Amino acid sequence: MRVRVQEDAFDPGEELSAFTAEAEGAGAVVSFTGVTRNIAGRLCHMEIEHYPGMTERALGDIRVDAIARFDLTAAWIIHRYGRLAPGAPIMMVLTAAPHRADAFAGAEYLMDYLKSRAPFWKKEVTEAGESWVAATEADEQALDRW
Amino acid sequence: MIDVVYFAWVRERIGLPRERLETEARTVAELVEELKAREERYAMAFADVSALRVALNQQLTDFDAPLADAREVAFFPPMTGG
Repeated sequence: MRVRVQEDAFDPGEELSAFTAEAEGAGAVVSFTGVTRNIAGRLCHMEIEHYPGMTERALGDIRVDAIARFDLTAAWIIHRYGRLAPGAPIMMVLTAAPHRADAFAGAEYLMDYLKSRAPFWKKEVTEAGESWVAATEADEQALDRW
Repeated sequence: MIDVVYFAWVRERIGLPRERLETEARTVAELVEELKAREERYAMAFADVSALRVALNQQLTDFDAPLADAREVAFFPPMTGG
């Protein structure tokens, strides 16, 4: 599956191997894995909420845009929801293209768009309490470069 | 009838994830005004709509959008994926 939204953990190494096999002949494969940050060792866990239905559609649209824009030969997006332990992989994007510049740019584009256009919300739970992660101005401005 | 869905702290402030309601509102902004008039918890959740995003039928839109073809309206804070 090229877009996967799942509660279960995934293994970034296995995903990269499977993607590289699918992208055979591409020349360049780039992957990015986002991992739950452990803020000063205080994070107990992270909870990720999403909008079932819209999430899959939004990620599918972003993926199709990235493929067209950077001539990608393949692209996958994997994103988890639910309860995540510190250090757990949250999400992964993988891109393949004939040349590395497009594979890198395609991965950055996917990241920038899914950060502020895909309906996910993160909540950090620490010993001191819980708080929703706020979107930043920088996340929104990151879209201007495209 | 329209399904109204809430996520993240909007859901927590209103105290429920989804509800179905009858509305006279022609736009998202009018629906927000109707909801704010219902109860304090709605007024608090919608106090600053610039801090909110809205989707109609699972597509991002803005508060001026007409509700004519809407089956599902969702309100939520800016997204924090990735």
